Amino acid sequence: MFAEYSASELTAIFAMQGFAGLILFSVLVLMALGLAIIFGQMGVINMAHGEFMILGAYITYLTSNVFAEYLPSLFVGYFFVAMILAFGVTFLLGMAVEWGLIRFLYKRPLDTLLATWGLSLILQQLYRTIFGAREVGVSLPDWMMGSYALTDIIEVPINGIFVMILTLVIALGVYWLMYKSGWGRQVRAVVQNRPMASAVGINTEKVDRVTFGLGCGIAGIAGSAFTMIGSTGPTSGQLYIVDTFLVVVFGGAQSLLGTIASAFSISQAQSTMEFFLSGSMAKVLTLLFVVGILMLRPQGLFAMKIRH
Amino acid sequence: MMHSLKQIFPRHDLIAFAILAAILAIVFPLTMDIFRLNLVGKYLTYAFVALGLVLCWGYGGILSLGQGIFFGLGGYCMAMFLKLEASSPENTAIQSTPGIPDFMDWNQLTELPWFWEPFHSLPFTLFAVIAVPTVFAFFIGVAMFKRRVGGVYFAIITQAIAAILTILIIGQQGFTGGVNGITDLRTFLGWDIRTDSAKYLLYFVNLVLLFICLVIAQCVRKNKLGRILVAMRVREERVRFSGYDVSNFKIFVFCLGALFSALGGAMFTLQVGFMSPTFVGIVPSIEMVILCAVGGRLSILGAIYGALLVNFAKTSFSETFPELWLFAMGALFISVVLFFPNGLASLYQEYVLPWIKARFKPRVKTKPEAKVESKAKPQPELSEATDDSANLPAGARYEN
Repeated sequence: MFAEYSASELTAIFAMQGFAGLILFSVLVLMALGLAIIFGQMGVINMAHGEFMILGAYITYLTSNVFAEYLPSLFVGYFFVAMILAFGVTFLLGMAVEWGLIRFLYKRPLDTLLATWGLSLILQQLYRTIFGAREVGVSLPDWMMGSYALTDIIEVPINGIFVMILTLVIALGVYWLMYKSGWGRQVRAVVQNRPMASAVGINTEKVDRVTFGLGCGIAGIAGSAFTMIGSTGPTSGQLYIVDTFLVVVFGGAQSLLGTIASAFSISQAQSTMEFFLSGSMAKVLTLLFVVGILMLRPQGLFAMKIRH
Repeated sequence: MMHSLKQIFPRHDLIAFAILAAILAIVFPLTMDIFRLNLVGKYLTYAFVALGLVLCWGYGGILSLGQGIFFGLGGYCMAMFLKLEASSPENTAIQSTPGIPDFMDWNQLTELPWFWEPFHSLPFTLFAVIAVPTVFAFFIGVAMFKRRVGGVYFAIITQAIAAILTILIIGQQGFTGGVNGITDLRTFLGWDIRTDSAKYLLYFVNLVLLFICLVIAQCVRKNKLGRILVAMRVREERVRFSGYDVSNFKIFVFCLGALFSALGGAMFTLQVGFMSPTFVGIVPSIEMVILCAVGGRLSILGAIYGALLVNFAKTSFSETFPELWLFAMGALFISVVLFFPNGLASLYQEYVLPWIKARFKPRVKTKPEAKVESKAKPQPELSEATDDSANLPAGARYEN
């Protein structure tokens, strides 16, 4: 399939498609970081993760409308407000869901899957009732539109760079929170040995609630980024949930670095192949490749050396 | 079989089977018009899948989120045969290439793809309906279980495979009919399947197949195999240390579940008259799990009732309050998981059965021999546990 292109054209194609894949990569990384915390650390299969992301996207949409209507002079900066709001709302909803549903199911991981699937159906219908079945789009402020010409053929979209930087900041933040902060140590202690952690005075219930909320909150930020690559509809989140789980499992469920690496390889493989093949075949090949590797190496790319 | 018929079908189970058979084969056909009966037939094809899930998930503890794959493969094999029959050169004379299915013609294909060729023959099709999904399940099973991948990871990977298959079917429109699926199926060996009489007959064929599957499932669960499956779910390491190859049992039960699903898929195509990717993907696969969960993940008859009830509810809800249906479905998922982990069957066993026993106690007492005999069974405790998992400690049941 490469035969009809010259070497310099191929380089340019790879570079362009690579940068085009950056937003997909950012969305996947943010989704997967949230899920890696919820699934990798807590062992909860959150099938409603995509719906939390879409909630973030809807909040971004609402914020942009509010700014365009009432504060047009501040429209340039609405995205930052939207992100914070998206995080806050999904974080609170996540904590509520943990309190009302998840905490009864920690001993039954497969049942969390069914219960959160039910939750995702309810959320989808809720979005449909509130926002309508039609997909909504968000208008970007001027400074985020357009692209930056790197060479005369390679152009980089500015919103891609922006989301990329944002993702980097959040990934570093999550890393610091999980591995360097006192709170992260508590989370890991609870995950490794719940009775012991509670015996040394950690409030395990509170740690669980905040951890789940945090994972959902990051999904909300992913939703903000998502508004840049696609329009938001009630069922848009469902399309991403399988990809996200594969990213997390492929990277090795307990490794944040693995999650980022696998999100990068999956999104880049897909967007590069999309240039040469149809979109659906690119997706099939990527997923097949991932499933194939998982069959050979079930523990994922970056697995910790522990046995369960 | 070493076991006598009486051990596989104790009196209580025999009565339950007879009641189900009476409802499905006598009450429904007498009280419903053909349109409703055909709907029941469609629901019962999902019951095949739910039955397979009872064995896989309820007994073996293997949650597959990809049963739609096997339902779809079985259904597509049957649909390909029917489609080839429907697109004979006379029927498709207006096409630019007569003799190939209409959607291929629309996608500028000029000859039948090689993998469609064998589906001209009915024996091959029937073989493929059974073999293709089972062999596919065997490969998935070997790849996963031999490496001791189980539980959550298995669920996610089967889900991914379901997603891949759906995208592939939709993407390869020229070969598969794309998102519309394979439609406009007319005859089966020259016999019009769209008439009312054909629908009656197909309903009963479906019923006979379902009962054959039920008997197989009953044999599995009453045999040593069923006990090993339960033991495997509860304490996998212990079964392994006792010298059993756990992965082979898992592969077997997964393939059996796939086979049941494929039969359901093939019957679906025959009764409904089309097959499309909407029955293959992630959403239908999870819905099939909920049928099994509502009926009771440990009850093979519960799976049938679950499939019927949930689908009846779905149809009547979406007819009257379409927007409420997803709320109801979501609430059903959550409440089944939170409040009735063993579904309707556990309600029956906790409330209805004691009532029946209290009613008919004098009659049971007149047969002391039967009771003594049942107590002399080799492992009464374990066989009891297979029926009523409430005896197991709550946590142990879900360990994977």
